[in-house]
Amino acid sequence: MSEHPLIAVRDLSVSYQAGGHVTQAVKCLSFSLAQGETVAIVGESGSGKSTLANALLGLLPGNAQVESGQLWVEGVDVARASEKQNRRLRGRTIGLVPQDPMVSLNPTLRVGQQIGEALVLAHGRRYRSLDADVLALLAQVGLDNPALRARQYPHELSGGMRQRVLIAIALAGNPRLIIADEPTSALDVTVQRKILDHLQRLVAERGISLLIITHDLGVATDRADRLLVMKQGELVEQGPPRQVVEAPQHPYTRALLDAAPAFNCHRRARVLAPGAQPILSLEGVGKTFELPKVKGQDNRFVALHDLNLQVHPGQTLAIVGESGSGKSTALRIALGLEAPSQGRILFDQVDVTGYGWRAFRPLRRRMQLVQQNPFAALDPRFTVFDSIVEPLVSFGVHQGPALEQAARELIARVHLPVSYLDRLPRELSGGQRQRVAIARALALQPELLLLDEPVSALDVSVQAQILALLDELQCELGIAYVLVSHDLAVVASMADHVLVLRQGQVVEQGTVDAVFARPTSEYTRELIAAIPGNKAAA
Amino acid sequence: MTSDTHVLPNAAPAVAWKRRTRLQRFAQVLTPLLARPGFALALLVVLFALVAAVVPHWLTSFDPYATSPAAKLTGPGAAHWFGTDELGRDLYTRVVYGASLSVQAALLAVGIALAGGLGLGVLAGFAGGRIDALIMRVVDVLLALPGLLLALAIVTAIGFGTVPVAIAVGVGIIPGFARTTRAEVLRVKTLPYVEAARLGGASWRRTLLRHILPNAWGPVAVLATLDFGAAILATAGLSFLGFGAAPPAAEWGTLIANGRHFLITAPWVSLLPGLFVVAVVFSLNHLARTFEENPR
Amino acid sequence: MNRYLIGRIGQALLVLWGAYTITYFILYLLPGDTLAIMLSASGMEADGLSPEDLAKARAYYGLDKGLFEQYFDLLWRALHGDLGQSLSLNRPVTALLAERLPQTLSLAGLAIVLSLLGGIGLAYLTAYLQWRPLKVALSRLPSLGFSVPVFWMGLLLIQVFAFGLGWFPATGSQGFVSLVLPAVTLAIPSAAVYAQVLLRGFQGVWHEPYITTAFAKGLSRAQVQARHALRNAALPILTLVGLQVGNTVSGAVLVETIFSRNGVGRLAQEAVLRQDIPVVLAIVAVSAAAFVLVNLIVDLLYPYLDPRITHATKVT
Repeated sequence: MSEHPLIAVRDLSVSYQAGGHVTQAVKCLSFSLAQGETVAIVGESGSGKSTLANALLGLLPGNAQVESGQLWVEGVDVARASEKQNRRLRGRTIGLVPQDPMVSLNPTLRVGQQIGEALVLAHGRRYRSLDADVLALLAQVGLDNPALRARQYPHELSGGMRQRVLIAIALAGNPRLIIADEPTSALDVTVQRKILDHLQRLVAERGISLLIITHDLGVATDRADRLLVMKQGELVEQGPPRQVVEAPQHPYTRALLDAAPAFNCHRRARVLAPGAQPILSLEGVGKTFELPKVKGQDNRFVALHDLNLQVHPGQTLAIVGESGSGKSTALRIALGLEAPSQGRILFDQVDVTGYGWRAFRPLRRRMQLVQQNPFAALDPRFTVFDSIVEPLVSFGVHQGPALEQAARELIARVHLPVSYLDRLPRELSGGQRQRVAIARALALQPELLLLDEPVSALDVSVQAQILALLDELQCELGIAYVLVSHDLAVVASMADHVLVLRQGQVVEQGTVDAVFARPTSEYTRELIAAIPGNKAAA
Repeated sequence: MTSDTHVLPNAAPAVAWKRRTRLQRFAQVLTPLLARPGFALALLVVLFALVAAVVPHWLTSFDPYATSPAAKLTGPGAAHWFGTDELGRDLYTRVVYGASLSVQAALLAVGIALAGGLGLGVLAGFAGGRIDALIMRVVDVLLALPGLLLALAIVTAIGFGTVPVAIAVGVGIIPGFARTTRAEVLRVKTLPYVEAARLGGASWRRTLLRHILPNAWGPVAVLATLDFGAAILATAGLSFLGFGAAPPAAEWGTLIANGRHFLITAPWVSLLPGLFVVAVVFSLNHLARTFEENPR
Repeated sequence: MNRYLIGRIGQALLVLWGAYTITYFILYLLPGDTLAIMLSASGMEADGLSPEDLAKARAYYGLDKGLFEQYFDLLWRALHGDLGQSLSLNRPVTALLAERLPQTLSLAGLAIVLSLLGGIGLAYLTAYLQWRPLKVALSRLPSLGFSVPVFWMGLLLIQVFAFGLGWFPATGSQGFVSLVLPAVTLAIPSAAVYAQVLLRGFQGVWHEPYITTAFAKGLSRAQVQARHALRNAALPILTLVGLQVGNTVSGAVLVETIFSRNGVGRLAQEAVLRQDIPVVLAIVAVSAAAFVLVNLIVDLLYPYLDPRITHATKVT
């Protein structure tokens, strides 16, 4: 290990100016990174971790200003260097693996061209073996058939493949440091794991340092040599993962550990009422989609095949699956938004398969949905009051003062102040909007609540709060939940029964304890193993 | 921002928290905009034009039809702000009175376009399927007919004058409205909160009126403002070609056409009315752009 | 791909037919008395004719047939290249158009080239500049460009460049020199639209994550703008070119009138003034055909610019 650290940040302060306000994004931050080290920076939104990454690359936006401090990268103070000096560092000293692979590649250029561009920059000009190098890189990052891939456009590749291409671009310049920005957000858990493993292997082979920026404490503890915890621009804790997990110094770190489901299994001791009839059951449900006829391709897409599930009153069934597993289709069928191709749906022992919209309407009072994206789930022109009472108005349940009273009760139930009833969605945070959405779902006093990834768009600490709220509501009101999630850690803390879907087929089903302790299917084992944080928590 | 777990007591009267009405919220948005000099200036120009359209005699004391051969073709000065034309008529007055005809024509045109375009767009976006395809084919056909030529055809058929010109221009603008409205309706229709409303038991009528239309309105309003300017230009163009109101009526296009003959000796007769038109349309565009950048 | 091509051509023909039909109905159906209009266009008064003469006139103009029969007759002849007879000039419309079309085509062609160069150039420059005052001023220019009436702009240009500086002739259709001012006048509104859309495009694209990736490779701002931003921001421009055909034709009518050029545009203005129905119908039909053709070409070119768009049926 060299004496000079690769990166040395000293008392760095960065602020943003927007609309007259000045926000401090990074406050007096100091840390260093040695050659060959893997460091993870953990923080929630607003912690300043993205600002730090941008500052290292010299890519701070126009309205950001480095107020004080120094940012030394290989002998250059990036904070004060010219654009030309910074440009020399980018690609050749520091490589970036961006956050969302679906939008981080130029859609109008071929993949090979984009990698080639990075190679040309590293060498300074075009050189003879450029094409061969592109193919070699593609093979190194684990893509099959490199010759074909190089000629393809980004939209022809899957998310995982695109992420690998981005890694190839980052490696092209032979950098000494790679910054991986939220490398786990946009992909399925099993895909993430493979790609991150691969990246770490490549990085270790070449002696490259890795700086992982993430909100996921589990990922950080699994993969880093050292952990940095940031809160609102300040560095609150530093140390090797084992130390941080076992003996956290700062209260914020402790709160994060508490909130992260992987580290803290608040598994509820829920007594299963004997003999109760299921409130919702799907029997032999299948769904096939007809596709436009294309030569040489099957024109039918099987989204679901032989799905059987039951939800008992007051209990939670979790449906787990990755993208394309059919879990959203299952939810939509249960809600009556889609008709199944085979099988039947029974709500409270009544066969509701194939009910038209009119026939289904009375059931809407007993079955409600909480959607995934709290930022689009509320009409931006409706006040919180309007949004919450809308179901009551649609069914004509209350009028006038009774309506206001109902609104007051509902908002109190989700632990928001009454004064929020007058606000618009854009004045609320993500967690608050989700609470409003839950309040709206509770307005008609349903017996069954379907939740489509209710916390995946939220920060970890807010997630924990919402999950706690849902738990409390279930205890008080005895509502049954169907929880759809890709996050097994969330499922472990909330569910009584689990159903694992893979490409439309049920691969595992049972109580939470059974499935987690003794998974029967290989896929389930893979999913459980892929939960970040399992290694450190074990 | 974490939530406050403390619930406020119900001491305040029931309507205490419904204080801010829609009007207040609108005023809240408008006030900071007025502080911007560009926006305020543009608003003033447009208001001037609207006032000129409705009560022109407030803005000038001259008679637009009063000829005064002695004072013909005098340049702009203290007595005649815009100078005089070949019959000695005060040009500024003619421009102000011309606003009446031109703005009214533009309003009629935009009204027709809104009625037709909105209706078609909402129907196409909402109904979908075959109806959508059919309506879009009709819109395509209208688009294939260049605006001015379509207007020329209509004017050939029903005669010259301000109203035929307005109708012609209006029909030509319909495709733009139809497409924009349809695109917005399609976009909003698939948003989660619309689905949530439906799942909450809302009828299609309620969903359309309370969720889809209010949220689709934005870009349409912007387009309406922009097209108001375009309608002014189009009606001016038609009257320039000689198809507008007969002389001595003072439509802006006619004024500019008139001055063509005196371009060498008295350029202000054509150029100043044109400058006025540019100012009005540019201000409208500025307003539209400001609304676009600051959605409510 | 071939099935798509046939489908699109069919669609285009359908739109063309629709445009012709609508125009026909406007011209032949809307007027109170079509015969009176046609007579006055030919220089005769309807009142001054005896009933037998009126009947003869009606037969001559083909107005004695039923509405649909008349329509199909006209359509049939149009498909065979016979666009009727000009009432006021007493010449075959097809000959008239053949005479005047080259002028208009050269004008429109030059105008389109100028507008693309001017619009794209202005937007590129504005996006590239970092100095705020100039950048803001330039970004307002497109808005000014389409606030200006085309005919007024023409007069202004004549005033400055023809009468004032004497560089170009004010009127006439001879030679390239006389083409410059009209083409510039015609180009300005379209250039403004292209500049506006491209500017918006640049603004939007600049915040896309793939731009960050490009910067992270070590590219300079100029390189990023040229290689990554431009191609993506310019995608809507191709569609616009198709749509702007209509505006160009409309503008040509005004421009040719101001500059006294012998093109189809001025022919249209004269025809409307004299209520010469067959000529108006023919001109509208021809410009609709041009619009449809250009848009068809644009549609077929699109996949070459945006690889995400394929014309084969998609599988989700």
